[in-house]
Amino acid sequence: MNWLDTIVQGVLLGGLYALFAAGLSLVFGIMRLVNLAHGDLIVLAAFLILVLVTSLGLDPFVAALVAAPAMFAIGWLLQYHVLNRTLGDDILPPLLVTFGLSIVIQNALLEGFSADSRRIPAGGTLETASLALGPISVGVMPLLTFLSAVAVIVLLNRLFYATSLGRAFRATSDDPVTAGLMGIEPRRVFATATGIAMVVVTIAALYLGMRANFDPTIGPARLIYAFEAVIIGGLGSLWGTLAGGIIIGVAQTLGAAINPEWQILAGHVAFLVVLVFKPRGLFPRAND
Amino acid sequence: MVERPASWKVETRTRASSLFLVAALVLIALAVAAPAFVGRGTLRDLFFILTMLVLAQSWNLLAGYAGLVSVGQQAFVGFGAYAMFAAVSLWGLDPLTAIALAGVAAALLALPTGFFVFRLQGAYFAIGTWVVAEVVRLLLAQWKALGGGTGTSLPSGATRDFAPVAWIEGLFGVRSAHAVDILTYWLALALAVAAIAFIYRFLLTRQGLGLAAMRDNELAAGALGVDARRLKWAVYVATAFITGVTGALIYVQTARISPDAAFSVIDWTANVVFIVVIGGIGTIEGPIVGVILFFLLQNGLSQYGSWYLLVLGLIAILVMLFAPRGLWGLFADRTGIQLFPVRRSLRRAGPKPQTSDSRGGPNG
Repeated sequence: MNWLDTIVQGVLLGGLYALFAAGLSLVFGIMRLVNLAHGDLIVLAAFLILVLVTSLGLDPFVAALVAAPAMFAIGWLLQYHVLNRTLGDDILPPLLVTFGLSIVIQNALLEGFSADSRRIPAGGTLETASLALGPISVGVMPLLTFLSAVAVIVLLNRLFYATSLGRAFRATSDDPVTAGLMGIEPRRVFATATGIAMVVVTIAALYLGMRANFDPTIGPARLIYAFEAVIIGGLGSLWGTLAGGIIIGVAQTLGAAINPEWQILAGHVAFLVVLVFKPRGLFPRAND
Repeated sequence: MVERPASWKVETRTRASSLFLVAALVLIALAVAAPAFVGRGTLRDLFFILTMLVLAQSWNLLAGYAGLVSVGQQAFVGFGAYAMFAAVSLWGLDPLTAIALAGVAAALLALPTGFFVFRLQGAYFAIGTWVVAEVVRLLLAQWKALGGGTGTSLPSGATRDFAPVAWIEGLFGVRSAHAVDILTYWLALALAVAAIAFIYRFLLTRQGLGLAAMRDNELAAGALGVDARRLKWAVYVATAFITGVTGALIYVQTARISPDAAFSVIDWTANVVFIVVIGGIGTIEGPIVGVILFFLLQNGLSQYGSWYLLVLGLIAILVMLFAPRGLWGLFADRTGIQLFPVRRSLRRAGPKPQTSDSRGGPNG
């Protein structure tokens, strides 16, 4: 067994988990909302891309470009009209509404697309292409996923710290009432944040759908990986989220290398171990 | 403590609740006698309603009263079910002992899992419980003696050879499979009555009052000496016990287990959450209303595949947004009726009792 190879594959897999997690981290950071339907929204976006690819014959990357504004709109409307109503001191409404939403999306997709496993056809040789990096060979697709995750995190950080929208995000996150006095409308800021999170979700869905089979029921498991990455990294830190994704990814590939049945379990165990020794994550920043 | 004048006393009873107590006793007596005059299909439906009711009451205690929103209660349903299976098919115990053992096993499981999930707050607690349930499912799927990932069945004679089953066969003159259904139905009825009585009694104690205070304002409750951490632990372990017993009972009836079914988040958590939310979270009446509605909806939409879950999810979202205290909350607000009142009122013990204002929060 080649340990180096296993670890590199794990790091690259971590990129996918970081993509799952970045949207969750963004929304939590700004409005302290944990969206239990996050995983199902990823699956919804994957089906949207699949439909665009199969019905219009688009390239998956072009399809994702088309799907992204649609997902932004879905996120914006969902936040503005539904989730904004649930925000407040009581944690029950947001949790239960998004939990209900998760079940609704899952079953709507089941009705619309059946329980069959699907895959977004990647076209050409992209799926199988690989690069030789010294002693190990790296798949182009996993590498592309990882680089996209890094790019998404760089862009989100830029957005957060170098634009007026980012300033509005940070101001609303700190104190929505005072931000409101400065001409910011928190409800719209929240809606925009969820819209952006859904664009990230679309990117995650693109790679999820091209790399592996998916069906309407796999959303909750993606939510759990994303959540573990966010907690391991520390709330509010996007680079921490990437580190968290990598830890889950490496734990899973190492677990799978020992016994294929232990892949998922190993990821969860890594999460629980971090929880015991670093309950606030490896790079905590926000004081929640 | 200031001594109270003798002519005053603290009461929680209302006229409606006293009437309801009588009605409930009649209803329970009828339910006990039900196997004599209803068929097996109805018994199975009632079994389903009663077990879902117990799961709903226990989740309601956890989320509605202790503020611990768990979406991982399937961990305890599944663990209880597996503990029962192990006790019956590996160690040859009788089903009843196995069910009790399953409750203890689930409560013991709550100790290490609580250690992990109590490190997470609020929404993160919710997903943390889900992770824990996944871990327990993946671990039990490795248990080859109980069928691993594909599951196994109870030995065919395990429940039919149980002594009370023979007694029921003689009593009603029915076949053994029917007698097993009657026995599990009675057990579910006893469990539901016991769980509701236990939760209601608990809410009337000092700890129960502390729990309501903690739910309304944890900081203020803490300042008055409510030990939030201890109370949350106690509720978490107690609900694990109740949930584990229920899981074991459900699988005595089903007689076949697999990790995916026993740890199903849809069956044992989503349905339960919808029942409580639609009926009314934070009241004992809510889950009762919710489970009846749930049963009707599931039966009415059963030929449309997964539509019932979609509809149920939508109703739950609408209720949470527009009537967060559920259908029972709407009813209680309009009528002031409470069947399980926990609000304490001070009354003169004289001939003309002071009428209390029963409007307001369910546990005001």
